[in-house]
Amino acid sequence: MNRTLSIGRRLTVLLAGVAAALSLLSWGMVTSLATQAAVRTQDNVLAASTTTIAETLRSEQGEVRLELPYAAFAMLGAISEDRVFYRVDAGGTMLTGYADLPVPPDVTAGQVVFDTGLFLGATIRIASVTRPVLVGTERVAVTVTVAQTRDGVKAVTSEISWQAGALSVAFFFVAVALSAFAVRMSLRPLNVVADAVARLGPSDLRPLLRPAPADLAPLLDALNRLMERLRLSIRRSEDFIAEAAHRVRTPLATVRTQAEIALRTVTSDAEKERLRRIIRAVDESARSAGQLLDHATVAYRVEDLARDRLDLSDIAAQSAAGLEPTAAMRDIHLKLDFACAPILGDAVLLETAIRNVLDNAIKYSPEDTTVSLRIRRSAHEWVLDILDQGPGLGEGPTEPLTERFRRGTNTAGVVGSGLGLTIASEVLRAHGGRLDLKNAATGRGACVSLIFPLA
Amino acid sequence: MRYLLVEDNAELADAVVKRLALDGHAIDHAATLAEAEDCLATARYDLILLDVMLPDGDGRDFLARSRAHLETPVIVLTARAQVSDRVGALDQGADDYITKPFDFSELEARCRAMLRRRGGSARNQISLGAALFDPLAGTLHHDGVTVDLRNREIRLLEVFARHPGQILSKAQVMDHLFSYDAEVTENAIEVYVGRLRRRIDGMGLRIETVRGLGYRMEHDA
Repeated sequence: MNRTLSIGRRLTVLLAGVAAALSLLSWGMVTSLATQAAVRTQDNVLAASTTTIAETLRSEQGEVRLELPYAAFAMLGAISEDRVFYRVDAGGTMLTGYADLPVPPDVTAGQVVFDTGLFLGATIRIASVTRPVLVGTERVAVTVTVAQTRDGVKAVTSEISWQAGALSVAFFFVAVALSAFAVRMSLRPLNVVADAVARLGPSDLRPLLRPAPADLAPLLDALNRLMERLRLSIRRSEDFIAEAAHRVRTPLATVRTQAEIALRTVTSDAEKERLRRIIRAVDESARSAGQLLDHATVAYRVEDLARDRLDLSDIAAQSAAGLEPTAAMRDIHLKLDFACAPILGDAVLLETAIRNVLDNAIKYSPEDTTVSLRIRRSAHEWVLDILDQGPGLGEGPTEPLTERFRRGTNTAGVVGSGLGLTIASEVLRAHGGRLDLKNAATGRGACVSLIFPLA
Repeated sequence: MRYLLVEDNAELADAVVKRLALDGHAIDHAATLAEAEDCLATARYDLILLDVMLPDGDGRDFLARSRAHLETPVIVLTARAQVSDRVGALDQGADDYITKPFDFSELEARCRAMLRRRGGSARNQISLGAALFDPLAGTLHHDGVTVDLRNREIRLLEVFARHPGQILSKAQVMDHLFSYDAEVTENAIEVYVGRLRRRIDGMGLRIETVRGLGYRMEHDA
């Protein structure tokens, strides 16, 4: 079969890819939001701090004066351990603070302006506010600048980023597991159907009637139509075989009867021998026709096997009674050793199986011998042994003897088509049993065991 | 014995009638169920051979209809070897069935089994001195004792009984005893003759060996 990637695997890989993209996206978003939030918090506190300082500005004796309120720096210390810098400039002259601290350009009066810069080798965030202060009659623009290093912000954002990363990875794995589960659940109806098809017996062609999702209905329909066509074609060939066997048998009966009449009236030994050969050939054709018919019956009935409660000993006794006159013609005695053996099955098929095996046993038995039928119970099975005193099964493996048209090595001089054991074996298989062939323990004859599960 | 053969195939019916006549039986042939009804209304039969598929109906239905007032044993002839056919026939009152093409010795064997079940028929007995032989049932009665003979013994006794006092060659005996199924040597004949001698011992019957010619059966007057 030309296999491509399974639907399940394909879906799982696709869903895992989607989950990975979503994880990455959510990680990026969380990180960026966290950074923005941290920056905004710092900006707000810086702005508050700057404004607080700016509010203490006043003019006193022609000078700008200010107090650095403790709270202005305490609030900055509250958000992180970062270093804080400040400077206050009045009209271009620095009043107090760090002279090197950069001041954002374009400071407009009344508004807090932010900037980011470098100071003493560290990145800082700077906030500036300018307030006009009246010194005497002159308005002096006083700029208050407060800056803070950004280590705290970085620490917070990187921590949140790590956590978000870890969460995203966890989300990814959970998503993959869930999608694998979801895929399995959605493919389950498909597997159920595949299983049902796989479990069908070798000749079971009944349509699958189990409920299936709408997506599977076309597949199931197509499958059922195929099986129906197959079933019809098998049925047609069975009918054909049955009809053919029937058509062949009546003229054969005429030929055989005429040959018997001729055998009674001719006197020459050579002619008698020729007539005997004709009769033997007729018997052989008739036998093959009968077994083909039996085989067709088995194939047809196994399709819808009856599971009636039966007694194996009843069926075996019936089969034996049917063949008793045939055995008597050659002075073969049928010995029955039965006890009640309940089984589940199809009486017609079981009779066919037993008759074919028993017929074989009688056929291969020398005159004046005994064929024994015995039912015994082993641990989990009923065993019907059919023992004869014939030449046995010969050397070599016994399994091929149940193959179609296969005959043993010890069959010279006996009419046969090689279907008898195939028929029996197929019937037993359909009943969950098996056919066991061996040479009798006594060293003479064959022992064929028909083995059935207990009812 | 008087047979009624119900069979629509003319060729086969003709052959069967001839073949049974060779054994000294009387046979009426009916090609349809209607003819069979006519025959049954006018004559008494020992055995009916009934085909299953007939132009005016199914032999099994006929069987089911007439079984109530018909005492004659019925053997159903079927071309379909299918078990369901046989089981159906037996359920509807056939005494036995035989599959076409049939071996007349099998037919004989089936008749015998059936007659034994039914207790024989007085009409077919052959008197051999003080003993009574029923070749169809395969029994030998003498002095209140009934012996069931086996197949070969019956056929052997039958050939002697039909030719009382005559010398029968081994070849003649062989033809009757072994129809066509096996390669048989003349020694086998001696084995069966020996066995039959033991069975008829004390019944006033003797089988003598006529050196170089064959065998002859005699019985005490």
